[in-house]
Amino acid sequence: MKTVIIQYNAGNIQSVLYALERIGAQAIVSSDIETITSADRVIFPGVGEASSAMSYLKQHHLDKVIKDLSQPVLGICLGMQLMCKHSEENNTECLGIFPNQVKKFPADMGLKVPQMGWNTITQLRGSLFHGISESSFCYFVHSYFADLDEHTIAQTNYGFDYSSALHKKNFYGVQFHPEKSATVGEQILKQFIELV
Amino acid sequence: MFTKRIIPCLDIKDGRTVKGTHFVELRDAGDPVELAARYAEEGADELVFLDITATVEKRKTLSELVYQVAHHVNIPFTVGGGISSVEDVQVLLQSGADKISVNSAAVKRPNLIKELASEFGSQCVVLAIDTKQEEDGLWYVYLNGGRTKTDILCVDWAKQGVDLGAGEILLTSMNHDGAKKGFALDITSELSKSLPIPVIASGGGGSMEHFNDVFKISSADAALAASIFHFKEISIPDLKRYLHEQQIPVRLK
Repeated sequence: MKTVIIQYNAGNIQSVLYALERIGAQAIVSSDIETITSADRVIFPGVGEASSAMSYLKQHHLDKVIKDLSQPVLGICLGMQLMCKHSEENNTECLGIFPNQVKKFPADMGLKVPQMGWNTITQLRGSLFHGISESSFCYFVHSYFADLDEHTIAQTNYGFDYSSALHKKNFYGVQFHPEKSATVGEQILKQFIELV
Repeated sequence: MFTKRIIPCLDIKDGRTVKGTHFVELRDAGDPVELAARYAEEGADELVFLDITATVEKRKTLSELVYQVAHHVNIPFTVGGGISSVEDVQVLLQSGADKISVNSAAVKRPNLIKELASEFGSQCVVLAIDTKQEEDGLWYVYLNGGRTKTDILCVDWAKQGVDLGAGEILLTSMNHDGAKKGFALDITSELSKSLPIPVIASGGGGSMEHFNDVFKISSADAALAASIFHFKEISIPDLKRYLHEQQIPVRLK
């Protein structure tokens, strides 16, 4: 069972690999198209900026590769945002796997941006969150958020409710960092690894 | 529910955890990887490692420690101490650190903050400020682990740090550090209420009430302490239960 973590010009990729090692899952980091398409499952991580990430993906033909994957795919943080339709971050056209819009947290809410720290995930749906208690805590670091729609499988409140996880067909996305979310995060990663 | 963070700090010297008072009189406090894993297990929200050796020849030891921590700990952690270049940060992030903190080197060359923020993103750049209130009542920035005074005011430096791209401020009051008589509520309050980025209060936490005060009165986003956790004077689960009873939003396990 081979899990491939997509390597591109975004940070935080090592942390995901280490987290998978902690839960005993085998994974490799790669940007090779053949390796990615032949994986049993794919993780698309990332901390960074949307437009430079998208141009890197396009330049390396990874945009089409990711969209065409049929095995389970998990986007994390920026990875999830890039799987959405459009991001306000430098007005970036994204992969469009999820129809959601990614917007910036308004500066006038009296809340600090980025949201940095632990927040609860609620309204949990589907197999990714099987056995995860409602209102479990996960670790978030982000300035942009995806809006709610029928693909939302978890939501979080930071001034208002937004999508902290999305699901459509074989594609999953989480806004939080499961690799840094203590045992809850490890359980979510395990569940992703066990998806068929 | 977005929560306030409790952050144990591990001062590292030659690969061991140490703790002193007022930046001196160091005592051994154990193996850092073991301690870090214990804190994560107990419900710490983040960890900070400050390398107080931080000489060039020890740099490799630090990145090895970071690598070990990244493999054994499932919560975010920051690494600081002697960081002065993009290359230093590259090595630490590559070894698995989530954030890095800069202190003296950034005061000497403020553009360092800008370089790090544009290379790695503001979210991983923590500006650590050691500050001391002088007899004139003003808070000044200190360098080199608290040994060198500057004429820079803490508030001005923090604002400049935000403008340059720092993602978080780690504020240590030298007047309070090690004394266990409470955090510096006034300067913490001034920064956390005026800055658009999170402020971590550090120095002086000696009782559970002190943590309540720094969150309730000073609106700190996070509170950091070292010896009270290392020497088990306060347990993290007890502290969190207490804060929860005081209506402070915290992550309970």
